[in-house]
Amino acid sequence: MRALLLTVLLLGGCGEVWNDPYPATERGKNILYSVFSERPKHLDPAQSYATDESQFTMQVYEPPLQYHYLKRPYELIPGAALEVPQPKIVEKEGSTFSVYEIRVRPGIRFQPHPGFVEGNLSLEREKIEKLKTPYQLPLGTRELVADDYIYQIKRLAHPQLHVPIFGLMSEYIVGLKEYSAKLKKELKPGTWLDLRQHALAGVERVDAHTYRVTLKGRYPQFAYWLAMHFFSPMPWEAEKLFAQPGMAEKNFTIDWWPVGTGPFMLTENDPNSRMVLERNPNYRGVPYPSEGEPGDAKAGLLADAGKPMPFIDKAVYTREKEAIPLWNKFLQGYYDLSGIGSDNFDQAVRITAEGDAGLTPEMEARGIRMDTSIEPTVFYLGVNWLDPVIGGSSERARKLRQALAIAVDWEEYLSVFANGRGVPSHSPLAPGIFGYREGRAGMNPVTHEWKDGKAVRRPIEAARTLLAEAGFPDGRDQKTGQPLVLYLDTTSRGPGDKAFIDWWRKQFAKISVQFEPRQTDWNRFQEKLRKGSTQLFIVGWRADYPDPENFMFLLNGPQARAKGGGENASNYSNPEYDALFAKMRHMPNSPERQEVIDRMVEMFRRDAPWIGGFHRKTFGLYHSWLGNLKPNEMADNKLRYYRIDPAKREAARQEWNRPVLWPALLILLAIVAGTVPAIRSYRRRERMAARPAV
Amino acid sequence: MLAYIVRRVLYAIPILIGVNLITFALFFIVNTPDDMARMQLGAKRVTPEAIEKWKAERGYNLPLMWNEKAEGAGRITQTIFVQKSVRLFLLDFGYSEDKRDIASEIRTRMWPSLALAIPVFVLGLVVCVSFALLMAFFRATYLDFWGVVLCVAMMSISALFYIIGGQYLFSKVWHLVPISGYAGGLDAAKFVILPVLIGVVGGIGGSSRWYRTLFLEEIGKDYVRTARAKGLAESVVMFRHVLRNALIPILTGVVVVIPLLFLGSLLAESFFGIPGLGSYTIDAIQAQDFAVVRSMVFIGSVFYIVGLILTDISYTVVDPRIRFE
Repeated sequence: MRALLLTVLLLGGCGEVWNDPYPATERGKNILYSVFSERPKHLDPAQSYATDESQFTMQVYEPPLQYHYLKRPYELIPGAALEVPQPKIVEKEGSTFSVYEIRVRPGIRFQPHPGFVEGNLSLEREKIEKLKTPYQLPLGTRELVADDYIYQIKRLAHPQLHVPIFGLMSEYIVGLKEYSAKLKKELKPGTWLDLRQHALAGVERVDAHTYRVTLKGRYPQFAYWLAMHFFSPMPWEAEKLFAQPGMAEKNFTIDWWPVGTGPFMLTENDPNSRMVLERNPNYRGVPYPSEGEPGDAKAGLLADAGKPMPFIDKAVYTREKEAIPLWNKFLQGYYDLSGIGSDNFDQAVRITAEGDAGLTPEMEARGIRMDTSIEPTVFYLGVNWLDPVIGGSSERARKLRQALAIAVDWEEYLSVFANGRGVPSHSPLAPGIFGYREGRAGMNPVTHEWKDGKAVRRPIEAARTLLAEAGFPDGRDQKTGQPLVLYLDTTSRGPGDKAFIDWWRKQFAKISVQFEPRQTDWNRFQEKLRKGSTQLFIVGWRADYPDPENFMFLLNGPQARAKGGGENASNYSNPEYDALFAKMRHMPNSPERQEVIDRMVEMFRRDAPWIGGFHRKTFGLYHSWLGNLKPNEMADNKLRYYRIDPAKREAARQEWNRPVLWPALLILLAIVAGTVPAIRSYRRRERMAARPAV
Repeated sequence: MLAYIVRRVLYAIPILIGVNLITFALFFIVNTPDDMARMQLGAKRVTPEAIEKWKAERGYNLPLMWNEKAEGAGRITQTIFVQKSVRLFLLDFGYSEDKRDIASEIRTRMWPSLALAIPVFVLGLVVCVSFALLMAFFRATYLDFWGVVLCVAMMSISALFYIIGGQYLFSKVWHLVPISGYAGGLDAAKFVILPVLIGVVGGIGGSSRWYRTLFLEEIGKDYVRTARAKGLAESVVMFRHVLRNALIPILTGVVVVIPLLFLGSLLAESFFGIPGLGSYTIDAIQAQDFAVVRSMVFIGSVFYIVGLILTDISYTVVDPRIRFE
């Protein structure tokens, strides 16, 4: 026992932290530590479509374009391309085509990869079976060429891949739909389909570093897609390597082992536990931006201007499924950055009397910093336009919706259920998107009025008046006298959702309308949306790119969910709106486009197909040793910009995680103290002549 | 004995078919193949064609259990149930819905599960049996009374409380061990110390109280009185006679869980970030990954049957009077 106590004291005195979850060999290294909560499903640039996947893919793959890290509004700049391509509009046989000619920067090299070693493309199965990672094979590289981009565009039509944007792209890229049908015929089970042997009409090679994409009609938003991983280069050698028999059984596929020209390469892929990105030794070292928004220089965001990126050597992502360990490890300094969950909000953030969010003294004492940004999202209470009671373009239904839009207090909702992490929406457009208007001009006059320099929700009497005009005075049908009952389809059905349901009931009760939740599971909810059998529902949308088209299309009639499975979940139908949308989508950002958007927003407010909603606000926390951090809701390739001060982190970890030993000693003493009388009692009993009766 | 084992193995086949059938029915009552496709393909920009393609690739475009369009035996065989079930009996688990080889995942993930489950099982058994013997030894004293009170209190507390409380004290406040995470090899030790401790402590209440009851039942029997009459020390009576004779009911509950140790702990693995088979199963249920759920339930059933056979065999070891017939 004495030896044990001595050991404990010695270990405690040696200054080492005991709760460090990382190997001792990593201490003091230039490594970023972060988390992922959802197991990534796809890392193939053609198939991946989730934000938590792009935190990996976008560090590895390099699309032709990217978003400027610092400038706002979001600006497209060249990625692997030499410049942002401008479409050439061509009229041919009565049809309009947009031709994008993309010039790839010469001299870019792929990461080290086994696919680039010829001998690896015809491996024996036994050798494959012995591999633990594909990187155990000899590695090679080669220069990035236009053919790699062309190969990837062809992959968008591959019959064996699930490409989420195939439907959309086949409407635009000339010949993509036919190409898919052709590949289906060519595909032989168990063999690799070499796409190089099959030409795609809409994509052509101009020279080794230039390719051309021809689109049907005008589609200016295509440039944004060129900044996404769908249009990253894919070397045919990687596909061929992983198509060998035995590779899939080892989980060696492009879907799990991405190959690219970006600043990092995925060297460890255990989606159950941890993912590791390491510096790509062949990366060319793109300089850090030298200009940004006003205030960026003062914030130290331009201190690294012109220096070659990336600044960190490695990024370790650990899977944390539960919020408690994640938050505590962040506070202990074992994660460099973190979001804020509802459970930790009060511990991390205090809201000032002016309504501004700031860090609590505990966070400030640790040097933690906070950034907030409005996400390009919109969450809304949708109305099914096909519903006979509340849907449709009749004056009665419109006034009913407007009354509800006044009654439902989204400001209160955000305060109660989201700790203020959001801003109420006055239009489908999220702040920061072209067409969004700030201040009074951006206020929805149907639901709000301007008072004391801010938008204030209209009094509930206004809602009651509208309800009476709609034929439901005091919440009763004036013809039948029956109470008006409205139904919300929701996936909130657990015991913890009672407060949520009660809140909604209270909103409707303000104007004496009865509220009934129809609680269901996610699958049934989606099915109801598809069939158009809901009445009210809450859904959300996160934009793919910062263009108003990517929000306004949520109300475009031809994309109604119940008719064609589109993203217009409320099935809103207004020919005038649709005509303006068709015009607006092809316009460049200009005062004329703003005017069209204003008219569309006005229609949206008048018709109220959504009973209000909100745009989500992100709160991000990061430690003082992490630099060059600026929220960017569009760029996913942010890792290259980050800078770490490992010595500062190490010192903080040591200070914050000193083992506290006295409780362990106390427990040991308690055990010893409890054992002694037991032993004495045992000995006494052993010496007794007879057992007491039991 | 061999004949008995063979007979039990043959009995297992209809049991496994039944389990498979129930799993299938329960899963597809809640989910349709369309739901599964939507879950895998995501919520954005999913077209009906993409869903049909996903189903066709994985064989979910067939009818569930009866194919009207097929002829003869095809009416049964050309169904999702048969197509997906037959391979299981050949231990071919196939691929998860996100195209990962399930057998490879199981081989990888069973080690973290075992790294947690075996120490919890062994230490838990030793601690609980010792504690129960101690209470039985000090029966009808304050030690016994407060021991039972402690057991009742401990078994009344949720496992989640032990986990969160343990993480809070040992990791957050005292900084003694990592709060979560995992590493292979010997490095696993620092990550499993806390979950093992919590697993053992969390199990003390229920198990010790049960074992105590068993021991007290034995203590009142004639052979114990005879042993004492012979002048044997109480420790010899307890360990050599009482413990050995109480082993049969203990074995009933203990041996059957040994094969199930492979399957891991659903709760502990999630909270401690241990990438074992428990968290694999939870992930699969949440992702509506029928291929994984089906495989894990099948393996669980097989292991349970193996555990029951082992239990029967162990009876003959601890009690020579028991014979297989």
